[in-house]
Amino acid sequence: MNATLSYPVRPGSIREAVPTVDQVTIEERAADFTKRSIKTSAKLAGLKMVVSMIDLTTLEGKDTPGRIAYLCRKALRPIEAKYEVPSCGAVCVYPNMVRYARRFLGDNSPVRVASVATGFPSGQYPLRTKLEETRRATGDGADEIDMVMDRGAFLAGDHGRVSDEIGAIKGACGEAHLKVILETGELVTYDNVRLASQLAMEAGADFIKTSTGKVQPAATLPVTLVMLEAIRDYFFATGVRIGMKPAGGIRTAKQSLAYLVMVKETLGDDWLTPELFRIGASTLLNDVLMQIVKTVEGNYQSADYFSLS
Amino acid sequence: MKTKIKPAEVSAKRPVAVLEPVAAPRKPKAVVPVKERRLRFGAEWEYAPAPETVPAKIEARYELFIDGKFVGPHSGKYFDSINPATEEKLCEIAHGDAEDVDRAVKAARRAFEGVWGKMSGRDRGKYLYRVARLVQEKSRELAVLETMDGGKPIKESRDFDLPMVAAHFFYHGGWADKLAYAFPGKTPRALGVAGQIIPWNFPLLMAAWKIAPALACGNTVVLKPSRTTSVSALHLARIFQEAGVPDGVVNIVTGTAETGAAIYHHADVNKIAFTGSTEVGKIIARACAGTGKRLTLELGGKAANIVLEDAPLDQAVEGVVCGIYFNQGHVCCAGSRLFVQEGVYATVIKKLRDRIQTLRLGNPLDKNTDVGAINSGWQLEKIRELVQSGQEEGAEIEQTQCALPARGYWYPPTFLTNVTMSNRVAREEIFGPVLSVMTFRTPEEALERANNTPYGLSAGVWTDKGSKIFKMAGKLRAGVVWANSYNKFDPASPFGGYKESGFGREGGAQGLSAYVDLS
Repeated sequence: MNATLSYPVRPGSIREAVPTVDQVTIEERAADFTKRSIKTSAKLAGLKMVVSMIDLTTLEGKDTPGRIAYLCRKALRPIEAKYEVPSCGAVCVYPNMVRYARRFLGDNSPVRVASVATGFPSGQYPLRTKLEETRRATGDGADEIDMVMDRGAFLAGDHGRVSDEIGAIKGACGEAHLKVILETGELVTYDNVRLASQLAMEAGADFIKTSTGKVQPAATLPVTLVMLEAIRDYFFATGVRIGMKPAGGIRTAKQSLAYLVMVKETLGDDWLTPELFRIGASTLLNDVLMQIVKTVEGNYQSADYFSLS
Repeated sequence: MKTKIKPAEVSAKRPVAVLEPVAAPRKPKAVVPVKERRLRFGAEWEYAPAPETVPAKIEARYELFIDGKFVGPHSGKYFDSINPATEEKLCEIAHGDAEDVDRAVKAARRAFEGVWGKMSGRDRGKYLYRVARLVQEKSRELAVLETMDGGKPIKESRDFDLPMVAAHFFYHGGWADKLAYAFPGKTPRALGVAGQIIPWNFPLLMAAWKIAPALACGNTVVLKPSRTTSVSALHLARIFQEAGVPDGVVNIVTGTAETGAAIYHHADVNKIAFTGSTEVGKIIARACAGTGKRLTLELGGKAANIVLEDAPLDQAVEGVVCGIYFNQGHVCCAGSRLFVQEGVYATVIKKLRDRIQTLRLGNPLDKNTDVGAINSGWQLEKIRELVQSGQEEGAEIEQTQCALPARGYWYPPTFLTNVTMSNRVAREEIFGPVLSVMTFRTPEEALERANNTPYGLSAGVWTDKGSKIFKMAGKLRAGVVWANSYNKFDPASPFGGYKESGFGREGGAQGLSAYVDLS
């Protein structure tokens, strides 16, 4: 009997590709990560890593080129040089703002330009306009496209359509990285999130992302954990590392460290890079900077000392 | 749904009307699958030490707690209590003997007949609530004591042990004036003096677990903590003093196995409650037979954690980890036998292997420690011996790759594959962080194998299908069956075993019946 027990790993098994998720246990597990006590040197290193992973975001109807300039400069140099804080991972803007972001950042910027696309945030638009929007954004200089998944099709059970659309957008992205926003707040169940993650990864996503930030609840620890587990199993099955981007609702340094702990303990060190992990946020950055300054200087500075973006 | 989506051609970069011309974006790296599909749990971002800073006031010497006072032992002897994480002497504990036990039993008898037995349930409840609140107030300090004396991680003593201690006093405080409702149509009466002998795995929790229902029902108590973990019980004694619990209602006699024997051999004890090994449980059962003493035993276990192929696998692995590595596996209901359905065996093993690499072993007072120290050198030897026997019988070993501290008693989280039902590691209780993994083909086979043990304390079932849970839970011969969860406790939920895991229940209305006479 002993010899028969060493089975080959069959990660392609149909049953295992999209396993079910137990709500109670995954929420408990996610809560575990908040109990890690991240202090002193670990806190400083973690917070600097968080800054490098932030997709500094502005997604408002009132965005103007001037506003984008503020955002880009903040992303490039979040705080004075003596704190040795890296640039943010990217700025994330609407398609019409991509050209300005590109211009302000220049061509070889460490900060990437990400554009939401495909009828953000609802995605309730014809494929033709979604494709056109994607091409325009990449043509204007977007390095990354944050598309919204068609939740309507997903919830109607038309998974083929969801998948085909992601594939088509991937084609329109060209060399740009594709992030697929699942909008987990509209998918509601963890089982749905797990299935949508698998569909997106198989259809060509380079990153999977939780939320638009326009729907509540946005990113949560357990929903992100479901997606990280999907990413891990996809990696075992294919050898491809997919990135993860929780977005919306992550406002404090402490929260962001819990996400980092979760990534470290679920996917390991290889994912602790802006290439594979981003946080979509706007107000988070200054809270992180405040904590960095506190850790270095030993006391808190007033919010007035931190520049707005 | 005839909508066909045309595959889009890769867009030719169209010149776009921009205010200033921009160059092409940087090219992202092409996706190349990696060959080695392994997760790397290294030191890329190492957590800095985060020791608990609340100081614990451990005294140099602890006396016996008899008749509301701390008194020296009759023998004049003391033994050392060791911090298992450092092997350093923590303090001295009084070595109680038969003489001391007799004093304690007499004090308990006086308190039973003089005050406690006559007191109204409502007043008893008030004392229990007061104790519960004091435990909550001092919980951080007590958690540190528990961790220093026993080796368990502060995370567990802080988040599990202490909240449960308070919960047990609160819960039973609630029953004290409602006993008539627990036993409709009967008149519950207190038994008298209860002798209680508790183990070292959850020292304070076991004390609360035993004392609270006994007091709620109107009994008085003589408690003997385990030799290696007496400190927290003596701090609990102070809480009883502070709460104004009448003298003699709770007596704590520390010592060795002989001290325990003096309790269960004492003629004036009405009830014995024991939690510990099956071996000692049998000795106690023999000693109590024919004496008229009431007896409940909560003994060992070799629980089966059953993972069916339709289970939520990541969460099942989480439950397996919690089931066996919680409190270094020093848990009588630990899920020490893992049964995995063959179809998902490889995946579960792979996930488990990765998962245990993220368990952090080390200083129990560090808030990030998941696995603390083994309670004693003796226990460590036992674990080593059993794992070695497993390897000699053909099992393959997987362990957390971590450095063990130079001093103290440590054993890394371990699981054994290629285990068969006849191996010692599949039959004997290891009481350490060691899991034996076996397989099965059908749910019926899982049931047969899970029940094929002299023990029957607990079991776990993992499946997405509710009907399977009910079917299996009904056929598992175990006192507690957890479905899609493990190691969940609540004072309202009765706990206890089948077969050689003992008899009687603790907790809930059922647990009260062990402390009342209904005849």
